[in-house]
Amino acid sequence: VPQHEIEVILMRELASYLAMAIFVVDPAGELLYYNEPAELLLGRRFDETGPMSMEEWSKDFEPFDDDGQPVPADDLPLVIAVQERHPAHGTIWIRAADGRTRRLAITAIPLLGLADRRLGAAAVFWEADES
Amino acid sequence: VKVTFWGTRGSQASPGADTVRYGGNTSCVEVRNDAGQLVVLDAGTGIRRLGASIGPDVPRVDVLLTHLHLDHIQGLGFFDCLYRPDFDVHLWGPASTTLHLWSRLSRYLSPPLFPVRLRDLPCTLSLHDVPLGEFEIPGFKVRAALVCHPAPTVGYRLEADGVSITYISDHEPALGAKELFGPPEWTSGFDLAEDTDLLVHDAQYTDAEYTSRVGWGHSTVGHAVAFARAVRARRFVPFHYDPTHDDAMLDRMHDLARASLPAECELIPAREGATIEVVAPPNMVAPTTEREPSSSGA
Repeated sequence: VPQHEIEVILMRELASYLAMAIFVVDPAGELLYYNEPAELLLGRRFDETGPMSMEEWSKDFEPFDDDGQPVPADDLPLVIAVQERHPAHGTIWIRAADGRTRRLAITAIPLLGLADRRLGAAAVFWEADES
Repeated sequence: VKVTFWGTRGSQASPGADTVRYGGNTSCVEVRNDAGQLVVLDAGTGIRRLGASIGPDVPRVDVLLTHLHLDHIQGLGFFDCLYRPDFDVHLWGPASTTLHLWSRLSRYLSPPLFPVRLRDLPCTLSLHDVPLGEFEIPGFKVRAALVCHPAPTVGYRLEADGVSITYISDHEPALGAKELFGPPEWTSGFDLAEDTDLLVHDAQYTDAEYTSRVGWGHSTVGHAVAFARAVRARRFVPFHYDPTHDDAMLDRMHDLARASLPAECELIPAREGATIEVVAPPNMVAPTTEREPSSSGA
């Protein structure tokens, strides 16, 4: 496996120290890492999940909106950030791996490096009020 | 390929009787291939004497800067080649997120910090924002990659004559790492240094010093040894010595480091004036020779 870019390595290290949930993907949207606070909200340890393609993770947590309608992958903030290279925010429901449903507010940012390198994206998310 | 150390010190020059064996000049390393083509790694205060050693037989020099902290560029204004109209000098270094190398270097090489401006230098000067990835300069294949150090900083892997030399002068791969070292893909600098024939690596601190200097961008000798083991370096050269460490202390640090390395990895401390000859396998590396840099070059 080739070494990740230094910015991604540092992003992972930073996330591992922060107390808010963070989810990091590569330029293709493949899951690289999520931290312990994210494990609590997603209901599964990262070590049990491992790398997942964008297609897999965008469906795995069964995202749906306040009306109960499925949220297409292209409308997920993290997918917008990685594909369109701009920040995105949204609130969705997920069905976590522990079987519980949670309403999450998600803010995603693209990770852009020196020399216009696309490094992926990161999302910070937290449990939102149900109102 | 011959690797000569003209400056081994980090942070600040530290000349004096107690640093005379390992040297007091800041980072500058000369690499010459078998054809005599020359690459200079960093332009610390050691580059002044290197410049004086380059004869008229060398028409071009490429200076690869790892980053623009003062201990890596302070000697630039005293690099003789920059003042020779017949000389072709190529400076390579990292851009910032907003400024090209020229703009960044001009902050130092201009009044009030320096009397001569970059644009007034008589040599034929070319500045290059170093590309991240592989590129070629005469006689060498170069790979550059960002490494863990405050502000944009790169490490280099040079390949020539069938051998590889990896130079990561300022590097804190242990920053935030939960273990030394985990999966290669999550280790800063790994791809540059994997299976290299000669690893020149930051080894600035003791363990005790590091506890109050986390995030300053440097390694302990122990971190550097662990990195050398992880990348399976064949020879490991501790480098970028702390200016407060005298020769006796460096001796002790190197003895401890040597005891932690596997038998297949030889530790050769960087000493100002020493030349290491790196040759291709199966003999791998010829015996090290130490000598005072002479006016005939490497």
